[in-house]
Amino acid sequence: MTVFIQYLVNGLSMGSVYAIIALGYTMVYGIAKMLNFAHGDVIMVGAYVSFCATSYLGLPGWLSVVLSVVVCTVLGVLVEGLAYRPLRAAGPLAVLITAIGVSYFLQNAAQLLWGATPKNFTSLVRFPVPPFLAQFNVSAVSLVTILACILIMVVLMWFTSKSKMGKAMRACSEDKAAAQLMGINVNRTISMTFAIGSALAAIAGVLLCSYSPVLQPTTGAMPGIKAFTAAVFGGIGSIPGAFVGGVLLGIIEAMAQAYISTSLANSIVFAVLIVVLLVKPAGLLGKYVPEKV
Amino acid sequence: MNFLKNKQTRSDFITYGLVIVAFLVVFFMQANHMIPRMFAGQLVPITAYIVMAISLNLVVGVAGDLSLGHAGFMSIGAYTGIVTAVSMQAAGAPQTLALVVSIVVGAVFAAIAGFIIGIPVLRLRGDYLAIVTLAFGEIIKEVVTCLIVGVDAHGLHVVFNLRGNATVNDLHLMDNGIAIIKGAQGASGVSTYSTFVAGFVLIMIALVVVLNLVRSRTGRAIEAVRDNRIAAESVGISVTKYRMIAFVVSAALAGAAGALFGGNFSQLSATKFDFNTSILILVFVVLGGLGNMRGSVIAAAVLTILPEALREFSDYRMLVYAIVLILVMICTNSPQIQGFIARFKPKKKGEAEANV
Repeated sequence: MTVFIQYLVNGLSMGSVYAIIALGYTMVYGIAKMLNFAHGDVIMVGAYVSFCATSYLGLPGWLSVVLSVVVCTVLGVLVEGLAYRPLRAAGPLAVLITAIGVSYFLQNAAQLLWGATPKNFTSLVRFPVPPFLAQFNVSAVSLVTILACILIMVVLMWFTSKSKMGKAMRACSEDKAAAQLMGINVNRTISMTFAIGSALAAIAGVLLCSYSPVLQPTTGAMPGIKAFTAAVFGGIGSIPGAFVGGVLLGIIEAMAQAYISTSLANSIVFAVLIVVLLVKPAGLLGKYVPEKV
Repeated sequence: MNFLKNKQTRSDFITYGLVIVAFLVVFFMQANHMIPRMFAGQLVPITAYIVMAISLNLVVGVAGDLSLGHAGFMSIGAYTGIVTAVSMQAAGAPQTLALVVSIVVGAVFAAIAGFIIGIPVLRLRGDYLAIVTLAFGEIIKEVVTCLIVGVDAHGLHVVFNLRGNATVNDLHLMDNGIAIIKGAQGASGVSTYSTFVAGFVLIMIALVVVLNLVRSRTGRAIEAVRDNRIAAESVGISVTKYRMIAFVVSAALAGAAGALFGGNFSQLSATKFDFNTSILILVFVVLGGLGNMRGSVIAAAVLTILPEALREFSDYRMLVYAIVLILVMICTNSPQIQGFIARFKPKKKGEAEANV
């Protein structure tokens, strides 16, 4: 039983990391209708910035997180403005290939800046865990990750449903032209979405590397793909969906690793995704929009 | 030359001619040792990538389904091809026969996989279809990583390494047996059997198959489904059937390309056919132009040579490649830049009026 709970907590905390990344994916997809393949690499940049701030500049952990959030936000807005904005009217494939180009760019720039050898990321989260949790080997990082994920989701839900900017975002995702006619600055709203998504990616990057401390230019690629899977799993475009998808994906992965096969864990995750999409084509919490002729 | 009056036929023959001329030039250079050493090893991979691009273009460009897992079919073709070739070589078959049979076997197995995967995948559309093909690509990669295959006088021995603790010894091969695929290591110690000429022949076959398919009644049905699924359905076109035809033909070609590709390396691990390879081929297709086979051929060739040619930039070459990729996409797709370029072009009379 103790072992089972341990696996469950591992799955929950990895799932929370996926959920935070998936929230960024889902927001960008919801508004810009594009698969932002460079999202995973923003995670990597966030982790590197935090790593450099603590190891080379000697800044305290919390300040390094703030710094990496700022850098990633600026990066997200820059990438959107320079690479994606000129293609607003172009087809989805052109934007997809551009996103892939940005992803290559970030990975190779990181390799030039920081080298290809993996860096050993020291966890930023260190505090004693309450004894009733410690008996299940719950680490401080897991605890912080799960709490951060829930907090972020609640804030985002409030933000999109109540705040003015959030309402503008929802309007843009429904119908850009109509939103513009209502006086919403569509370009600024999309920039804002990218800013939020990238800030979340920075936090996810720090948490991811506190959890599994190997940091290299390709660190973000696989978590990025899995988080994207999680977003689709939960219903892309839906914020609670991204949360549910991410957490479920993490738990399924941890259980598959523990009880079935380590080398086939990813396959099992993807197989579950395929089954879910066949039964519920819009994902778990996605809105099914029937086609009108 | 009456048949060349047809615009499409003429365009197709230009494509064939281009490939033949390029082949003759390269073949001549190869015979005279004029090819720099760094490109010589790239010849077979380039032909395999060209076939992959043609094959993917059939799904993405002609059928309009975005597939992000095409490397999976290449992987199936490569491994079944390698197993076939090594078994045949062990039985004493001549090199060329082993090559041809392995390509056919690779194509058949990939086509079967394409059909099985197509059943669930083609129920979906758009981004959901893309993510499911990505998922299948990753699944194929991991399943292949778990395979241990060997051959001896009793035939093939296969072990599925589920818990990660099986080794080549679990195959219980006889003394003269050969271990072909060794789990995560992939296929190693295999004598290479692919040739550049075989690659050229495969490109021509792929072009003839795909171009004739596209120009046929079936091809027009596939394009109709792409352009407007509901309208196509309402005039009695079976949507699933035609998407499936495109998907399976494409998978078979990808399998053949994989077998060719696999035969070029003595060491080949399954991670060679990951998501990045699928994306690489998608980049060829999109830059070459959706549905444009000639574009795919040129883009695949140029973009495989480009990173090699950029070697003088050494560390910066992939960075330059990324920037070139982004700039090309922006320049060819941004309406502002298109408008800017159009200003310098002399306008035809009819066109100018149409723009008003």
